[in-house]
Amino acid sequence: MKHLIIGAGAAGITAAEQLRKLDPAASITVLDGEGEAAPYARMAIPYLLSNQIVEAGTHLRRDPDHYRTLRIDIEKGRAAAVDPVASLVRLVDGRVLPYDRLLIATGSVPSREKVAGIDLPGVHTCWTLADARAIIASLRPGTRVVQMGAGFVGCIIIQGLMSRGADLTVLIRSGRMVSRMMPPKASDMIAQWCAAKGVHVMGKTQTAKIEQDGNSLKVTLTTGEILPADIYLSVVGVKPGIDFLAGSGIAMQDGIVVDARMRTNLPGIYAAGDVAESCDCVTGKSQINAIQPNAVEQARIAALNMAGGAADFVGSLAINVLDTLGLVSCSFGQWQGVEGGAGVELVDEANYRYLSLQFGDDVLIGATSIGWTDHVGVLRGLIQTSTPLGVWKERLLADPTTFMAAYLATSQKAA
Amino acid sequence: MQKSLHIDANKCTGCLQCEMACSYENYGVFITAKSRIKIFDFENEGRKVPYTCTQCAEAWCLMACPVDAIRLDAVTGAKVVNEATCVGCKVCTIACPFGTINYVAATGKVQKCDLCDGDPACATACPTGAITYVDADWTGFDKMRAWAGKTDNATRASA
Ligand SMILES: Cc1cc2nc3c(=O)[nH]c(=O)nc-3n(C[C@H](O)[C@H](O)[C@H](O)COP(=O)(O)OP(=O)(O)OC[C@H]3O[C@@H](n4cnc5c(N)ncnc54)[C@H](O)[C@@H]3O)c2cc1C
Ligand code: SF4
Ligand code: SF4
Repeated sequence: MKHLIIGAGAAGITAAEQLRKLDPAASITVLDGEGEAAPYARMAIPYLLSNQIVEAGTHLRRDPDHYRTLRIDIEKGRAAAVDPVASLVRLVDGRVLPYDRLLIATGSVPSREKVAGIDLPGVHTCWTLADARAIIASLRPGTRVVQMGAGFVGCIIIQGLMSRGADLTVLIRSGRMVSRMMPPKASDMIAQWCAAKGVHVMGKTQTAKIEQDGNSLKVTLTTGEILPADIYLSVVGVKPGIDFLAGSGIAMQDGIVVDARMRTNLPGIYAAGDVAESCDCVTGKSQINAIQPNAVEQARIAALNMAGGAADFVGSLAINVLDTLGLVSCSFGQWQGVEGGAGVELVDEANYRYLSLQFGDDVLIGATSIGWTDHVGVLRGLIQTSTPLGVWKERLLADPTTFMAAYLATSQKAA
Repeated sequence: MQKSLHIDANKCTGCLQCEMACSYENYGVFITAKSRIKIFDFENEGRKVPYTCTQCAEAWCLMACPVDAIRLDAVTGAKVVNEATCVGCKVCTIACPFGTINYVAATGKVQKCDLCDGDPACATACPTGAITYVDADWTGFDKMRAWAGKTDNATRASA
């Protein structure tokens, strides 16, 4: 059996390892489109920026012989097209790789801002190791950085930029930081924190154009204001890396559409990770959940099925933890709540603490926290297992900080 | 057979010897806030419940770690954090549905129970036998259910 995996990220590597566990004899090849020294975790990039690790610290696996020992071939090269009729993948360099089972795990690509000047040399995004290297190379104490975007990635790299002494301005189109991860009051608290730590936060504005100005850049905003900059960082979100699949016949909406077994519409072809659109276990809707734990779990399920088993993905749960200059925030599931559902919001602005719990009938469906690091995992436990809360729902509405006690008292009944 | 921590909340008096022992074992100081095992105090019911990682079979924390910083100790079965590798991303802390791996701001890393290389200090320190280290082949979920179930009954009885 020839297993071919396109993409050497968290999903691709997890699937390869799982396949080896299930099938000692199979041939397993992972196509690595970036050609770095070893497969790495994008998630580790913020810590490279803040100089807490060296590049090798981003590698997905520690043992240099890991892939050789497991007989997983890491093949450098980019897929240009998939031919499902002939069961082969064509590479950009002209080579052709055949497969019996194919897993597409190409992750996301950064969205491109449609403004004049976006291709100037001082303009970067922050998605790959190469991006991180380029940023680090031009960042000195006092370097003026104008960053467009304050989503998850935009917020988690602030620490790295500031730790290297950047003079940082963050532009936020919606006016709210991480607006797709937490409620307005929580967003505002993070923005307040960043401002207090010396970040220039500018809401309700965006870039109109970027121009070269001698050795630096001139960033004109939609408000007409002009900001001088040495680096322009464009971090305005990501989208699935599926362009190379156009015309392949693989069904795609926002991402590659998969069923609970991670199968695409075509036989023998699977997808997992940021690139796959699957069922969200809280909302029941088909959607992309571009987070690491989701990528790993989908990959595990895909591999089980590719090896001939029958395993269903129980659905992804949106879970995020963010550290913005030392302020730790988390959000889980339907943090926005649902219409008619009960909810409670605790806001302690002076101490930068925030906690919101959102309920369905008798279960927790979403949560957001700022300033909590102890036992936050149980919020996931309660949501994912739909644990009936009984008397604890009222207790939590009265005092949401007792979530750990509520968990201990009610957990696992539903499991 | 691998051993695991067995918790009998009924025997716990809340003396915090386990928390002291854990803190001393790992950090050389008696500061219960640093402990990886926690005693939860259900004040209304007058019950104390010791709680820590059960080294669950699913190993959500280990699976979620992006940089291979959590390893399985083949001898004890413990999931052990390698602090030198951990980047402090905290993804494990929201992946573990039991809330038993936690971020420590002072070190910028996470901590969890590692079974003290097969000689857990909390079990040795516990004067009442509420925490014991015994042969067991049950899964993490079974263990959780066993602990939580007891708490649940008590709560219902008083609620
Ligand atoms: C700075 C940063 C911080 C992040 N922090 C977090 C976090 O804290 N928590 C969290 O949950 N998530 C975080 N993420 C997101 C997380 O990294 C992704 O969800 C995760 O990497 C998804 O894994 P994946 O395997 O699906 O895709 P990826 O890790 O993106 O891997 C895709 C792989 O496919 C390869 N590839 C793409 N196209 C081709 C092609 N045509 N041919 C061959 N190879 C190809 C790529 O080179 C790459 O190796 C962060 C991302 C970034 C950039
Ligand atoms: S920390 Fe949580 S996920 Fe990790 S082994 Fe312990 S119980 Fe399991
Ligand atoms: S905090 Fe450390 S141990 Fe936990 S997932 Fe991140 S790198 Fe791994």
